[in-house]
Amino acid sequence: MAAGQELEVQKKKELASQQEKTIPARFYVPATDIFETSDALKIVMEVPGVPKDAVDVKVENDVLSIEARIETTNYNGLEPVYTEYPVGHFARSFTLPDQVDQHNITAHLEDGVLTLTLNKRPETKPRRIAIQ
Amino acid sequence: MLYSDPFDTLLQLQRALESPRSSSWLSSSTSGDGAFPPLNVFSKNDDLVIVAEAPGLKKDELDIQIKGRTIQIAGAKSLAYGDRVSLHRRERTIGRFSRSLDLPVEIDADKVKAEYRDGMLAIFLQRAEHDKPRSIKIA
Repeated sequence: MAAGQELEVQKKKELASQQEKTIPARFYVPATDIFETSDALKIVMEVPGVPKDAVDVKVENDVLSIEARIETTNYNGLEPVYTEYPVGHFARSFTLPDQVDQHNITAHLEDGVLTLTLNKRPETKPRRIAIQ
Repeated sequence: MLYSDPFDTLLQLQRALESPRSSSWLSSSTSGDGAFPPLNVFSKNDDLVIVAEAPGLKKDELDIQIKGRTIQIAGAKSLAYGDRVSLHRRERTIGRFSRSLDLPVEIDADKVKAEYRDGMLAIFLQRAEHDKPRSIKIA
């Protein structure tokens, strides 16, 4: 087909965090959707190649940090001949808003998609006042 | 190696992946449309492995076809946010995609295996027996 055709490929962004990593490998920023429902904030991020036991989710000083490590053993004995994307672990952190209950965060990983449900504190949810 | 540390292997892999990016091995023979997941192609002895990062796909949405030296991968990705949500940030891409690759070697279409695990698609291609180089003995 036509040479030099532009492919619509999402570029992976290398992580530039405030705290630098001390291990000798590059990390990448996972593509993330954030949306809010009436009782939770949901963070959905794409971490392809990461098994369930290699995800660390931490909350410290109102910062939620996620580190997801890929399985590198699958690449044993493979010689790259053509590459379009870099391979590496994923890391990203978010500052938590006040209304999130930091003790009530759940995570779910399926097909390389990590979904974090940040439940809101009950007192910050909208309340309906009954008229007497 | 004295310390075999998993991070070391990753760095070696990352370095190995960097060098072929500039090569023109396939670039003139790929075509596609849609938000296609990028591909990496590896060789293992005579065989080829195509790896793509395709998080959040359903297996039955993927369609892989092979004919001669051409392989076509097509699929669709959709996201469901649910009703009554407010979107704060949207970085994930959606849509239908299709991509074909012209391979430099002939493939045995009966021996192609594809695997989808943890959001990674891997297609294992075996070089056709009649396409393999033969060594000629000197009499």
